[in-house]
Amino acid sequence: MSKEPNRKGLTTGELKEMAVREKKELVAKEEKTVPGRYFVPYADICETEEALTVVLEMPGVEKKDLDVNVEKDVLRVDGRIDFSKYKDMEPVYAEYNVGHYARSFALGSAVDQERIGANLEDGVLTLTLQKAKHAQPRKIAIG
Amino acid sequence: MALFSDPFDALASLQQALDSYRESSWLDAGLSGGGAYPPMNVFRKGDDFVIITEIPGVKKSDLDVQVKGRTLRLSGEKKVEFPEKAAVHRRERLAGRFDRALTLPVEINPDGVKAEYRDGILALILPQAESAKAKSITIG
Repeated sequence: MSKEPNRKGLTTGELKEMAVREKKELVAKEEKTVPGRYFVPYADICETEEALTVVLEMPGVEKKDLDVNVEKDVLRVDGRIDFSKYKDMEPVYAEYNVGHYARSFALGSAVDQERIGANLEDGVLTLTLQKAKHAQPRKIAIG
Repeated sequence: MALFSDPFDALASLQQALDSYRESSWLDAGLSGGGAYPPMNVFRKGDDFVIITEIPGVKKSDLDVQVKGRTLRLSGEKKVEFPEKAAVHRRERLAGRFDRALTLPVEINPDGVKAEYRDGILALILPQAESAKAKSITIG
């Protein structure tokens, strides 16, 4: 894979032909009490010196239908689909199913739970979890 | 009162309906690159056909839609980028190029095709050609 930095200082993998994957259905610890299936959003996680970034693919989820919360060191993301858009639509051919999205991650103490940034763009949610001061690398000056 | 289940029932029935149409033979003759990215759902809404596809992370400017006759071509590329100095812990999102054509089994009006892209979902609205629409016959 080529790792040529582009103009934004980001590295991009070489662009290959894309393949299709079946959406992964959520098997939650707690069962849902309402009918309807949930899916697990695909995620990328990367870490820099300052922050941990979690990127989740949730196509069709609008900002207002998105819930991100941290409770007991668990980051939980819940995105709901507004399927009223499918009203009066009669399927004639289908290759994928639609449903809400949910996924959770256990957070270590390295994350400052008060400072989590979220940005939703083109169906992709980017969560920036700033690291706590004590978890950031310190430069030690040698005297 | 169906207070609890009402909106969710609607979702469940939509999911069931989509399941039963999975890989139906409706597009058998006209689908090129079957199983290709991106996956597509086709709906009928009144006289129009609506093709919906999920392409999260694709920018509008990286997307190209063409219509010729009854054939529709969707191509583009999806980029997944990481900061240069980042350690990547998990990598599930796919990136790459895609190019897919789809031929509908009905005549459409290519000038009336509309495309909407929002929240990673592309919806293509394809009106049926006047010649393909059913006409009511008055019984004399």
